[in-house]
Amino acid sequence: MGKKKLVMIGNGMAGMRAIEEIIAAAPDMFDITIFGAERWPNYNRIMLSPVLAGDTTIEDIILNDEEWYRSHGITLHLGSKVVELNRSRKLVRAENGVEAEYDNLIIATGSKPFIIPIPGHDKQGVMGFRDIEDCETMMEAAKRYKKAAVIGGGLLGLEAAKGLMNLGMDVTVIHDQATLMNMQLDEVAGEMLRDALERQGMKFRVSTLTTEILGGERVEGLRFKDGGELECDLLVMAAGIRPNIELAEQSGLYCNRGIVVTDHMQTVTDPAVYAVGECVEHRGKTYGLVAPLYEQAKVLAYQITGQGLRRYEGSVTSTKLKVSGVDVFSAGDFMGGPGADVVELLDRHGGVYKKLVLEDDRIKGVVMFGDTADGPTFFQWMQDGKDISDMRSTLLFSASGLGDSGHSGVDQAAQMADDTIVCGCNGVSKKQIVDAIVKEGLTSRKEVTACTKAAGSCGGCAGLVDQILAATLGTAFVESTEDPMCGCTDMTHEQVKEQIRQKHLLSVREVMRTLGWEGEGCHVCRPAINYYVGMLFPGEAEDDRTSRIANERMHANIQKDGTFSVIPRIYGGETTPDDLIRIATIAKKYNVPTVKITGGQRIDLLGVKKEDLIPMWRDLDMPSGFAYGKALRTVKTCVGSEWCRFGTQDSTSMGIRLEKELERMWFPAKVKLAVSGCPRNCAEATIKDLGVVGVEGGWEIYVGGNGGVKVRACDLLCIVETDEEVMEITKAYLQHYRETGRHNERTAPWLERIGLDKVKQAVVEDVENRKALAARCDAYLATLTTDPWQERIEQAERFKEYEPIEIPVRVEA
Amino acid sequence: MSDWIEVCKLDEIPKGAGRTVRTADAVIALFRLSDDSVRAVENRCPHKGGPLAEGIVSGRDVLCPLHNQRIHLDTGEVAPPDSGCVRVFETRIEDDRVLLRVGA
Ligand code: SRM
Ligand SMILES: Cc1cc2nc3c(=O)[nH]c(=O)nc-3n(C[C@H](O)[C@H](O)[C@H](O)COP(=O)(O)OP(=O)(O)OC[C@H]3O[C@@H](n4cnc5c(N)ncnc54)[C@H](O)[C@@H]3O)c2cc1C
Ligand code: SF4
Ligand code: FES
Repeated sequence: MGKKKLVMIGNGMAGMRAIEEIIAAAPDMFDITIFGAERWPNYNRIMLSPVLAGDTTIEDIILNDEEWYRSHGITLHLGSKVVELNRSRKLVRAENGVEAEYDNLIIATGSKPFIIPIPGHDKQGVMGFRDIEDCETMMEAAKRYKKAAVIGGGLLGLEAAKGLMNLGMDVTVIHDQATLMNMQLDEVAGEMLRDALERQGMKFRVSTLTTEILGGERVEGLRFKDGGELECDLLVMAAGIRPNIELAEQSGLYCNRGIVVTDHMQTVTDPAVYAVGECVEHRGKTYGLVAPLYEQAKVLAYQITGQGLRRYEGSVTSTKLKVSGVDVFSAGDFMGGPGADVVELLDRHGGVYKKLVLEDDRIKGVVMFGDTADGPTFFQWMQDGKDISDMRSTLLFSASGLGDSGHSGVDQAAQMADDTIVCGCNGVSKKQIVDAIVKEGLTSRKEVTACTKAAGSCGGCAGLVDQILAATLGTAFVESTEDPMCGCTDMTHEQVKEQIRQKHLLSVREVMRTLGWEGEGCHVCRPAINYYVGMLFPGEAEDDRTSRIANERMHANIQKDGTFSVIPRIYGGETTPDDLIRIATIAKKYNVPTVKITGGQRIDLLGVKKEDLIPMWRDLDMPSGFAYGKALRTVKTCVGSEWCRFGTQDSTSMGIRLEKELERMWFPAKVKLAVSGCPRNCAEATIKDLGVVGVEGGWEIYVGGNGGVKVRACDLLCIVETDEEVMEITKAYLQHYRETGRHNERTAPWLERIGLDKVKQAVVEDVENRKALAARCDAYLATLTTDPWQERIEQAERFKEYEPIEIPVRVEA
Repeated sequence: MSDWIEVCKLDEIPKGAGRTVRTADAVIALFRLSDDSVRAVENRCPHKGGPLAEGIVSGRDVLCPLHNQRIHLDTGEVAPPDSGCVRVFETRIEDDRVLLRVGA
C-alpha cells in the first residue's frame, strides 16, 4: 500500500508542531506537502518581539530550516498562498499555480491582525504586527521616521511599543480602556504596569478612542474622540486578531468565529480535513497563545496517525509579558466578582502586587506584578483544584518557598552577589553563569547546564538559573516546558517512551539506532531508555548493565574515595539479634571502617573495597537493600499496635509485608514508603513517596511526599479498611507512576505534573483501571525472581569486573 | 626499554564498560569500547579522584561516576566546561589478548 497524501495549509507554529508529532509517531505513514504563504520556513513567532527589540535575530528564531524539511522528505512550497480548496476533488491550489492532492488535509492558517476600519486605515505606514515582514517593515520605518503610535494596550501592543522604543522611536500607546492589558490585569496591576513602562519612557493615552487617521498618502497623525490629536508617522494596530478562515469558509467548511472542530481536531463538516491553531474554534473558544495550540497539535497527531482515542478538552491559559524589567503574570478569573474571596499583597513602593481569587479555598484566578516567580506554581494549583486552606496566611510570601533553591522572585537573582554559589552540587557561582550567558550567547537553561554544569545534577537550582537567564537576557529568554531528554536527541521523554512502545524496541542500543541518536548516548539518556524498555516490556527487554550508573551496575553505592557501601534489607526496620551478630561479625572480618545506622532504619557498612563486595554479600547472606537504585528503598515503620499504647494498627507487619512484596522493583526514581500505626505518625509517613497511616478501623494512604531537596508533604489519596486494599492501591499507584513518570522524576513532582485528581481517578475511583494496574504490577513483580547480590555470588564468572586485574610491573604513559 | 605485557583476554572486559588494573606504580582503568577497541587511562579522575573504571562509557569518552565529568579516552583530556587531564597508557590487541605497554 502506498503512503497516504497529507497536505497542510499554513507553515506556522501550531501546524508544524502537529507535523513534528506526526513524524515522530508514524514516520512513514504520509507523503507530506506543506504550503506557506510566508517566504520563511517555520519560525518562533513569539520571538518576533525580541527580534524587533533587537535582542535576537531572525536566523535565531527559525525552528526548522529548509534542510530539516528535506531530510524528512517533506515537500515545502514557500511563498505559496493557497487560494483554492476543492474538497470534492481533494485538491488545493496556490496563487502561484502549484497544486496538490490530498487524502488528509490540515488547515493551520493562524490568524490575521484586526485592522480597525476607521477612516484612513489604508494609508501607508498603518500596519499590524504578525510576521517577519511586519517586523522588517517596522525596523525600516524606524530608520526614517521618529514618531510611532500603537493602538491597543494589550500584550502584543506593549511588546510592539517596547520594540519600537528600542529602535529609537518616540512611542505612544493608545488604549480604549482605562487599564492596560485589561484582558489579563485588574486595575491595580494595570496601573503598576503603566508606571513601570512610563519610567522606561513609553507614553500612554488611555480611555481614548481613535476616530480618524490623518495624513496624505502616508499616516501623519491621529484624531481622537475627545477632539485631541497626536502626530505620528507609523501606526501599529494591535487591537486583536481574527482567525484566518477565508479559505475554509469558501470551501464550505462550517465556521463560526473560527473553523469549528471536534475534540479530535477534525472539522465538523469533513472528517478528512483537520484544523489546528489560532484559526480553530473548539467548544466555542479560540486561542491566541501557543501552549493550548501545542496541546491541539498533539491530539491531532494522535488522531490522524490512528494511535487511538485522545480528546482535546480545551485549555486554561496563563499570560506573561515579555518586556524586560517588567514582570506580569495572570491566569484564570483574576477579577473576582463582588464579594469574591480574595487574598492579596500590595507593595506599591517596592513594585510588588499579588492577588489570588479563591472559591472554596481553591484558586480561581491569579494576577501578579513585580514578583511573578510563584505564578506557575499557583497556575498549577489552580488547574489541580488544590485545597489551599491551611496556607492562606503565608501563601503570598512564597508558595514554592525554597530560599536558596531559587524559586522565589526574579529579584533574588538580580540582587544576588556575584560570588554567590548558585549550583551547590557543581559549585557554580552567579558570575560564572552570567559570564557564560554573555560570552557564549546562551539563551536556555539547557545551554547553561551544558556550558557550566549549573542545574545539571540535583536540579534544585534550576529555578534560580532560569531567573539569572531572565535577568541577564531580558526578553530573549523563553522558558521551555518540554525540553528534550538530553543533548543527544530532540525528543522528549514522552516521545521516546511512545516510540519504544509502538515499535516494540527491546534494548538501549536498538532504541538509539532506531530513533536516530547522536553518538552513543550519555549518563542522562542511556539510563532513562534502559528503564523505559524494561518498564514497557518486563521480562522481554534486555537490561543493559553498561547503561546503568555505577551504583546500579555494581549494586552498591560508590563513595567519594572509590570504595563502596553495603546496605542489606532490614524489612520494616525490624531486625533480630542473630542478624545483628552476623552483620557485626562480617564488619569485623572485612575491616569495615564505618558502621552507621541510616536515616532509613537500617545499617550501612561503609568503605568496602570493590573486590570485597561479592565475598561480603556471600557471608552476609541477606538480600540487597537496593540503597543505590532508582528502586524500592526502605519501608520505614513505627512499633504500632503491637507495643505502642496509642497504636491502632499493626504498622510493623504492614510495612514488612509491603517491603517483602515490592522489593526489587525499579522505578523512574527512588521510592520510599513508610507505615505509621496512628496519626501521631512516628514513621513520618506523610513525607514519603507513599505513606500509610493507621486509623481506627482502617488505613489512610498518602502520596507524593518528599523529604529531600524540596520538601513536600503528601496528599491524602484515600482511606481504606483492609490490608488487602492497602496492597492493591499501593501496587496500582506505584505501577501508574512507573508507567507515566519521567526517568529521574520522583513522585512528588510527578504528582504535581499529573494532578492529584487524575491520579485519584486512575488508581482509586476507576476500580477497573485500579485492578488492571495492580495486575500489571503483579505481572512485573513475577519477573523479579532473583536477588542481585545472590546472582553475583552464584555466577561470579559473569561479573569479573568486581575483581581488579593485578600486573605487578611498572607501566609507562 | 619498554615492552608489552598481556593484561587479560578481550572478553574479560564487559563490552562498553571498564575494569580496574593494578600495576606496581599505578591503578589503571581499562575500557572496551563498543567497537571492541580498548583504551587505558589512569583510574583517577582529575576532578576529585573518581574511579573512572566504574563510569559509563559513551563513544570514546567515559563519564566519571562521581560527578559526571567527561574524559576523552584517546587524549585523557576532560571535556569543557571542566578541565584537566589524566595519563593515557598505550594498548594493543593481538588476537584476543589485550596488551599494555610497560616500562623497564
Ligand atoms: C545512607 C543515607 C544517609 C544516612 O546515613 O542515614 C543516605 C545516603 C545517601 N543519600 Fe540519602 N541517604 C539516606 C536517607 C535519605 C533520606 C531519609 C529517608 O529515606 O527517610 C532522605 C530524605 C527522604 C526522601 O528521599 O524523600 C534522603 C534524601 C536524599 C536525596 C534527595 C532526594 C530528593 O528527591 O530530593 C539524595 C539525592 C538524590 O537522590 O539525587 C540522596 C542521596 C544519597 C546518596 C545516595 C548520595 C550519592 O548519590 O552518593 C548517599 C549515599 C551514601 C551511601 O553510599 O550510603 N538522599 N536520603 C540514608 C540511607 C537510607 C537507607 O537506609 O537506604
Ligand atoms: C509578536 C507576537 C508575540 C507573541 N507572543 C506570544 C507569547 O509570548 N506567548 C504565546 O503563547 N503566544 C504569543 N504569540 C502568539 C503565537 O505566536 C500564536 O498563537 C501562534 O503563532 C499561532 O500559531 P498558528 O500556527 O495557529 O498560526 P501562525 O503561527 O500564524 O501560522 C499560520 C501560518 O499560515 C500561513 N498562512 C495563512 N493562510 C495561508 C494560506 N492560505 N496559504 C498558505 N499559508 C497560509 C501564515 O502566513 C502563517 O505563516 C505572539 C504572537 C506575535 C505576533
Ligand atoms: S545528606 Fe545525604 S547526600 Fe548529603 S552528605 Fe549526607 S548522606 Fe550524602
Ligand atoms: S571525581 Fe570525577 S567528576 Fe568529580
